Amino acid sequence: MKRAGFASAGFASAMIGAIALLSSPHGMAETAAKKEIAGKWLTEAGEPTYNIANDGTVDWYTFSGFRRYHSECHTCHGPDGEGSSYAPGLVESVKTMSYPDFMVIVATGREVVRADKQSKMPALGDNANVRCYLEDIYVYLKARADGGLPRGRPAKRADKPGAAEKSEKECFGDR
Amino acid sequence: MHRHALASASLAVFAFATPAMANEDVLQQSARPEQWVLQTGNYTNQRYSKLAQINRDNVKNLKVAWTFSTGVLRGHEGAPLVVGNIMYVHTPFPNTLYALDLNEDGKILWKYEPKQNPDVIPVMCCDTVYRGPAYADGTIYHHQADTTLVALDAKTGKEKWKVVNGDPKKGETNTATVLPVKDKVIVGISGAEFGVRGHVTAYDAKTGKQVWRAYSLGPDNEILFDPDKTMSLGKPVGKDSSLKTWTGEQWKIGGGTAWGWFSYDQETNLVFYGTANPSTWNPAQRAGADGKPIDQKWTMAIIARDADTGVAKWAYQMTPFDEWDYDGVNEMILADIPVQGQPRKVLVHFDRNGLGYTLDRVTGELLVANKFDPKVNWTSGVVMDKNSPQYGRPQVVKEYSTFQTGQDKNTKGVCPAALGSKDQQPAAFSPQTNLFYVPTNHVCMDYEPFRVSYTAGQPYVGATLSMFAAPGSHGGMGNFIAWDAAQGKIVWSKPEKFSVWSGALATAGGIVFYGTLEGYIKAVDEKDGTELFKFKTPSGIIGNVMTYSHNGKQYVAVLSGVGGWAGIGLAAGLTNPTDGLGAVGGYAGLRDYTALGGSLTVLTLP
Repeated sequence: MKRAGFASAGFASAMIGAIALLSSPHGMAETAAKKEIAGKWLTEAGEPTYNIANDGTVDWYTFSGFRRYHSECHTCHGPDGEGSSYAPGLVESVKTMSYPDFMVIVATGREVVRADKQSKMPALGDNANVRCYLEDIYVYLKARADGGLPRGRPAKRADKPGAAEKSEKECFGDR
Repeated sequence: MHRHALASASLAVFAFATPAMANEDVLQQSARPEQWVLQTGNYTNQRYSKLAQINRDNVKNLKVAWTFSTGVLRGHEGAPLVVGNIMYVHTPFPNTLYALDLNEDGKILWKYEPKQNPDVIPVMCCDTVYRGPAYADGTIYHHQADTTLVALDAKTGKEKWKVVNGDPKKGETNTATVLPVKDKVIVGISGAEFGVRGHVTAYDAKTGKQVWRAYSLGPDNEILFDPDKTMSLGKPVGKDSSLKTWTGEQWKIGGGTAWGWFSYDQETNLVFYGTANPSTWNPAQRAGADGKPIDQKWTMAIIARDADTGVAKWAYQMTPFDEWDYDGVNEMILADIPVQGQPRKVLVHFDRNGLGYTLDRVTGELLVANKFDPKVNWTSGVVMDKNSPQYGRPQVVKEYSTFQTGQDKNTKGVCPAALGSKDQQPAAFSPQTNLFYVPTNHVCMDYEPFRVSYTAGQPYVGATLSMFAAPGSHGGMGNFIAWDAAQGKIVWSKPEKFSVWSGALATAGGIVFYGTLEGYIKAVDEKDGTELFKFKTPSGIIGNVMTYSHNGKQYVAVLSGVGGWAGIGLAAGLTNPTDGLGAVGGYAGLRDYTALGGSLTVLTLP
């Protein structure tokens, strides 16, 4: 049976949180083609993205994505988004995948049935450990895909913004 | 009823088979060195063959006799079985089973392909592996990924009965083999990374009716522990031995699955197996009400149960309050060896936590617990003083305690990595040398635990980890070692480029076989590990080497087909933390050496 995926309340509140952040006036900074809002980086088109400072410090969400990826995703997709004998390398996939497409696949899953193999990605939409960090995982993979972020654990990271703390709690539905 | 017809049908194929119970049949059939009727060779799990036609002098001449493609790409664990003139070859999901005619170089006599819901695929942590069926009394017992246990007529492949052991919607799956004992078939369950509450279950071998089920965690009447009679380290376990070591109702999603191997001792009528990690991987979420570590029994334990009733005779927890994912499921090898000058009936176990244990299998007395990889650093050792309150407990080194370092903090340089100094790939024992031959991983990790929430049927992990080859060593990710279980010492150690993820086979020919992740099947001298033979098979080997004899000729067979935890973790190569961040350094990626594809390679002398 298919899971509820997007329909869950937690996911909706996370999205509302994200939208609220977008319209937040304080803590805004801008660089070349992307801008920062309270520690979160967005492309000009408004898609979530990563930031790596000159000294190698990654933004919190990219670091968080590294952590969540290596908890929820790497047991199939391999370390550092590099792929494995079991599932494809997501570093390659996100090169041509928009954030909305990424969200849909992660939330609802994907099944491939071919003559030589049958593979199935689960619907992770009702898994708070993934749902609450979808953007984080996406920007981490983007940072890896663009070549800006080497393999392994990011050397330095920005502190966790208050907004991240808050939306995490809301998404987990507690405290 | 069917007995007479069945027995006479079997007689045609197996001249010596007049079994009264599966037990006796397995004992008789597995005593014939020309066959391989259980995944582990026989009830002792020794993986030793008396066949000696292939020996240390002529093994270099081995040539391929025939090969067989399984048609499945995923990781191929386990080994083929040989019963009479038939070889049985299994595959990972969809768990196809082939019966091959040894009289015609593997012509397919019958094929069994179960229909399974593909929803089971993503709830199998770490690949859709399967460690194979078992044979007893004219029947092949086959345990599918979706936990359907099916009994098949060994001659025709016809279903005799089927029973469902678990619910994949909750993350319950199967990867393990089964063990036919007496009039029962013993099976386990996987899914500790999904918060499954582990159990072992016995089904009636003739009908598939459930006889007993023993959980790893929970109330005494569900874990089948007798507070007064079940012993641990020489003392009765007492009332609520599991419940009182958990906070609240966490045991209900507490893991401790049984996805490894089973062995059986006829004399004591005990079945031995190990239990997996507690869920989640974030120890802070499992701490006691006082915020301190709490044991989480009986995860990470060796358990000895009466085969008829399931009641535990003894148990020993190796890694109380796991902080690293060191599942205790690896095989329990039964052997009779002298320890400190006294003949002992022992159980030897090489744990993921890097310690090689020797216990008295009758009483559960702990005899030896030593590191089988010198790089193991999370513990300073196990307290062996029976008068100490810490008796039998590993002493955790603060620097490598992911719990003491804390949530959201990175604990660096822990050895071994979560995949263990050794995973499920079984070791072998040779009664010729009294040595154990152990495929090992030489990999360490950084581990950062963090908060996760539980959703039924979803991963419940809660830690991120980076793995790398053991620093300050030979640079490879594995060793193949010989171990003296009486002394708790490495006798020799042969470095390997990758983790050795293939089960070993020792033979009376004075040689030991194993496979490598690049795809080599190798033979080494039992005395010193000298490499005597190697041949590169079509794909990386995570299967176990077996041997049999047909028409007077000895054969050695192994399944290739890279995958499993090894294929996932090592395909892209590991990073080297000392080379600067993210550098892949000199560490090889498995994908540069091998690609997917299940196949069987059968070797013999020309």
